[in-house]
Amino acid sequence: MTGVTDMAGNDALLSLSKLQVAYGGIHAVKGIDLEVRRGELVCLIGANGAGKTTTLKGICGLLPVKAGSIHYAGSDVTGKPAFRLVRSGLAMVPEGRGVFGALTIEENLVMGAYIRNDADGIKADIARVYHLFPRLKERRRQTAGTLSGGEQQMLAMGRAMMSRPKLLLLDEPSMGLAPLMVQKVFETILTISAEGVTILLIEQNARLALEVSRRGYVMESGEITLEGEASSLLDDPKVRAAYLGDTD
Amino acid sequence: MHNLFDTRQHPRIAWTALALVAVTLVVLPWALASVGTAWVRITNLAILYVFLALGLNIVVGFAGLLDLGYIAFYAVGAYVYALLASPHFNIHLPFWVILPIGAAVACLFGVLLGAPTLKLRGDYLAIVTLGFGEIIRIFLNNLSQPVNITNGPQGIYLIDPFRIGSFNFAAGQTILGLDFSGPIKYYYFFLVMLVAIIVINIRLQDSRIGRAWEAVREDEVAARAMGIDTRNIKLLAFAMGASFGGIAGGMFSAIQGFISPESFVLVESIMVLSMVVLGGMGNIWGVILGAVLLSFVPEVLRYTVTPVQAALFGRTLLDPEVIRMLLFGLALVLMMLFRPAGILPSAVRKRELETPGKA
Repeated sequence: MTGVTDMAGNDALLSLSKLQVAYGGIHAVKGIDLEVRRGELVCLIGANGAGKTTTLKGICGLLPVKAGSIHYAGSDVTGKPAFRLVRSGLAMVPEGRGVFGALTIEENLVMGAYIRNDADGIKADIARVYHLFPRLKERRRQTAGTLSGGEQQMLAMGRAMMSRPKLLLLDEPSMGLAPLMVQKVFETILTISAEGVTILLIEQNARLALEVSRRGYVMESGEITLEGEASSLLDDPKVRAAYLGDTD
Repeated sequence: MHNLFDTRQHPRIAWTALALVAVTLVVLPWALASVGTAWVRITNLAILYVFLALGLNIVVGFAGLLDLGYIAFYAVGAYVYALLASPHFNIHLPFWVILPIGAAVACLFGVLLGAPTLKLRGDYLAIVTLGFGEIIRIFLNNLSQPVNITNGPQGIYLIDPFRIGSFNFAAGQTILGLDFSGPIKYYYFFLVMLVAIIVINIRLQDSRIGRAWEAVREDEVAARAMGIDTRNIKLLAFAMGASFGGIAGGMFSAIQGFISPESFVLVESIMVLSMVVLGGMGNIWGVILGAVLLSFVPEVLRYTVTPVQAALFGRTLLDPEVIRMLLFGLALVLMMLFRPAGILPSAVRKRELETPGKA
């Protein structure tokens, strides 16, 4: 994949500039700049209510952008609806998973390939998802609603993979999961990333997110307050104090 | 039922079963006519209700959009036919021209209803659609002045029957030594249309569009994340459902020969919705069964209640109409208690009710 290089000369797949998004009258995202380069795993961390999910919804066209712009794969996609973005390779796993509870696991995966027409490719990709998540294969005929939270998260990620995305946006994949499951979900994120999918990860669990990411952004009441290499953010005393529960 | 008609798993059983159903359906009007021509008419009306129920099932069962004003599209189709094939404007177009026009106009009304309600769901959508149904009826009631379009509450008379050349569907005729009455001719025509519409419905459900409806019904945000244009797919559901209603309306106009706004009251919308719910929302065969049951049972009661009471008590204690509503209410309550997903539930709906937590 030869990337479209933007004017600045770097290989950005997604870049937000001065993005402002309102959420129900509240100005939740107040002009942020953020960039995800091809092949990168970048995280956006911050406390509950910092505006992380609103940012993601703004990117996906699920909430209207008030000002600023979103560029994806070299073109302006500001305000483009989610269903069009999926067609150009930008997939999203919504907060709270959003699996189709009454459909079986396999039906969920088939739904994930809605934009595709290649029956053989779809079949191969289902097999790939099952390889990635053997647990899902065991339960392929079970309805998604009967899965545990962690399994639903895996299904949601597997389903997103079915659209063959270039960029995957993950919204709080660890939310409401048992610690062991969180570990598994993060392992999977690393596996997906290793397959060459660019990922923007939105997380409250700052430590884990920074541990798996290459770079990170810290968001606080609608603004980016810190950014940099994930490893240096992990060492940053301010981050340690505010997000990693370091008391010493 | 599924296994019985599964042509892939058990081809011999399935084809035999299908052949039996086909023979039954072909012979049916003659058997009914021997009891009384009224029964053939009732059957024809029942087929129209199956049409309506299948159309509403697209909106409610497939796409999950609760529509309480569905009868409005039936009304639109019926009036389009009546206005274009009656002495009212002295226009007499052939039915094969008007039925598509009726479908198109109803489709347009479907989009008109769908577009402003795209963001509504559940109860809110139900209320708006209910209002829409009433608005259409009130318009039909009042569009008699200043320019007389609908003839108001008097309705439109002398509507043309279906005709192909000199072949008149309303007139009795002897073909191949068999006495075809008007209703029997209509019956066969309706049956052909019905088979076509059932096939369209089955194809729709298994198509990409069908899957998109399923996704929208389950979770709209997730559906968008799958790349589904939820706005267009919902509009499509309204439009397709409305078209079916429009065609059924045209057929109703033709067999009745007279229509008035009174035929398109709210209770009719609720009746069609009950057929869908009772039979099994989202399951084509269930919906058909629901429509057939709810069209025939009241008629059977109408003919049996009085004689049975007369035989038992020597006089009529309860009016058939009262018993009809009593039994109808009782049946719905029992259904909701024991088979909430309908008599023949759709696979997904059944699972939904069995899945703990997530509904």
